[in-house]
Amino acid sequence: MRSAVFSGPRVAVIVFLLLLISPPFLSSFLLTLLTQALIYAILAMSLDIILGYTGLASLGHAAYFGLGAYSVGILSTRYGAGFWVTLPTGVLLAVAVAAIFGLVALRSTGVYFLMITLALGMVVWGLAHRWVTMTQGDNGISAIPRPDLGLPLSLAHSIPFYYFALAGFLITFWILWVIVHSPFGHTLVGIRESESRMRTLGYHVWLHKYIGFIIAGGFGGFAGVLWAYYNGFVSPVDLQLATSVEVLLMVALGGRGTLLGPALGAGIIVFLKNLVSVYTHRWLLILGAVYVLTIVYAPEGILGAVKQWRRRANSRLLRSEVSGSAERTEGG
Amino acid sequence: MKKQLIVSLLAVMALFIGWPGWAQKGPIKLGFLTQMTGGGAAVGKDMSNGFMMYLEEIGSQLAGRKVEVIIEDTQGDPAAALTKLRKLAESDKVHAVAGIFLANEGYALAPKVDEYQMPTVWAVVSADDLTQRKPVKWAVRTGWTSSQPNHPFGDYVVKTLGYKKVVTIAMDYAFGWEQVGGFQRTFEEAGGQIVQKLWPPLGTTDFGPYLAQIKRDADAVFAVMVAASALRFPKQYQDAGLKARLPLIGGGTSFDEFVFPSLGDEAVGAITPMIYSAAIDTPVNRRFVKEFRTKYGKVPGYYAEASYTAARWINEAAKVVGGNVEDKEKFLAALRRVEISDAPRGSIKLDAYANPIETVYVRKVERKDGELWNTVIQTFPAVSQFWKYKPEEFLKQPVYDRNNPACKYC
Repeated sequence: MRSAVFSGPRVAVIVFLLLLISPPFLSSFLLTLLTQALIYAILAMSLDIILGYTGLASLGHAAYFGLGAYSVGILSTRYGAGFWVTLPTGVLLAVAVAAIFGLVALRSTGVYFLMITLALGMVVWGLAHRWVTMTQGDNGISAIPRPDLGLPLSLAHSIPFYYFALAGFLITFWILWVIVHSPFGHTLVGIRESESRMRTLGYHVWLHKYIGFIIAGGFGGFAGVLWAYYNGFVSPVDLQLATSVEVLLMVALGGRGTLLGPALGAGIIVFLKNLVSVYTHRWLLILGAVYVLTIVYAPEGILGAVKQWRRRANSRLLRSEVSGSAERTEGG
Repeated sequence: MKKQLIVSLLAVMALFIGWPGWAQKGPIKLGFLTQMTGGGAAVGKDMSNGFMMYLEEIGSQLAGRKVEVIIEDTQGDPAAALTKLRKLAESDKVHAVAGIFLANEGYALAPKVDEYQMPTVWAVVSADDLTQRKPVKWAVRTGWTSSQPNHPFGDYVVKTLGYKKVVTIAMDYAFGWEQVGGFQRTFEEAGGQIVQKLWPPLGTTDFGPYLAQIKRDADAVFAVMVAASALRFPKQYQDAGLKARLPLIGGGTSFDEFVFPSLGDEAVGAITPMIYSAAIDTPVNRRFVKEFRTKYGKVPGYYAEASYTAARWINEAAKVVGGNVEDKEKFLAALRRVEISDAPRGSIKLDAYANPIETVYVRKVERKDGELWNTVIQTFPAVSQFWKYKPEEFLKQPVYDRNNPACKYC
């Protein structure tokens, strides 16, 4: 029963404990990257709801991220709003926009869905870029203060902020985990596997997709809120197409429809982008190689590959057990 | 005996602790932030080349201490630039940071620079407000503000070139707005009229729709282009049959030496103002251009010169504090007081807002020995970012943007 030692929940608990105790032992730069990875992990997990579980590839997910981030940027620098104002505003704004975009985008599937979400994402990007009086355009909004939660520890320091981000990550993970393991989540998977069958079975396919789309948008907005506080800065770069593509790649790299896979993918990409680029200016080459290798050797992503490998190992184990018992009967 | 040992041990420890200079005299570490990948990678390369070239010339020693440069890629993304600044400040513990290309990177880094109390030299980034309405205590600028060369130029266009009606076409972001704004202000004060303002988005490569709109009864077109747009615009302008009808003037980056290898006759005749031209005829600049060419195989543009001079700026300040860059307050004060009279671009000193007062060159693109050069046709010495206005009054006005100054004659 070797595989039980490495069972999913157990690994997750070990990783979680590592995340919990590691900060004092890490250099501040690594801690910075880990914080970024956690925030991007939230974004990637939120995209996984529609990409991985529902099977809809969206190229506009950075829009919700940006809406959350801009809510913080505008409210906190203009009106001095605190975290408990910016958080609900950012998330609700993302939810509202997702609710509108969902009406438009969910009329289509496949490549068309991809194109429509791309276009809608560009609309939000264009707004950030052109609505200068509100967003300060390309210059971005800077000097966003870190939130004051009334805790004894100031979030201006990197270690408290890390735990803040970790808490955000865990809450998101827990909620999304409950969602994907609920009947609703199973229905989404059913829709991914066969929309027509689900429809025949009497499920309201469109409504399920729509709600999934909105949930994804809301958590994307939540990631954006954290991101703006983390950087103290928002600019249209945060919601441009390249960001959407990056998140898509995080999900693909880690493994669609696994929730933790996208989080892992986010971690890998954040570290590759920032750590490898310290050592070589050819970091894009390495990033590209990682993508190509993933697509060729692990089309289901890293966690997908692990799962497959384990399934195979299990079935082999099962086979040998079956044949073993058969031998025993023969022997007996 | 034991007591003696303890006392002597304490004495040795006191020696180490009480003499920080002694223990710390490692190399001076400098961080250089620029874009090494993506659309601005070629600019970033010119910047780091210019910066390193100066340090190599002085034997990689600042005031007798070895210098170590850590070049970090901002990826053209302000968030990435922030991450890299964190790394430079927290992990590498650099003594100063220089470089920075894009306006949004500058604005993103500004609050962090003050937070880290990191002596910073804005070598290229030209966003007006970094030394105007949002000054950064811990930074000095050795480059320029976007509107700076265009203030004298606006006046010059009316009085010397004699153009009265001008159409502007500029990249639709702060850099374009500030250049057009600076130009429009002095141009209209001198009696000129901006009759149309066109704003193609950043990254536009097909100018067809914009060129078709240009009012043909104007006297000239003022263009602000950067990077890939600067490569495409002149050719399309010529192909649209406009070159023969409307002379091309514009912002300095539209015709930087940086884009010349990719341009042909379509660029000839364009007149732009800038703080530098590779054709400046001084011994210092001739030597600089020659050396840069031998080393990197191309004529240096302003990106290279600005970074070269930024490195020198740090050297001069380090000399003033005797290499003790650990004393950050003193080092910053020294950075603010540096004056250079013989940079490739001429003489430079800082105003009270830490922005250079320097020469503005009006340049005309000409072909010489088969190559394109920015021949200097007029110089305006000692131009401040506030031109002839009083700083306090200048700062009362909002920063130039798409609609400021408003287009009264459109």
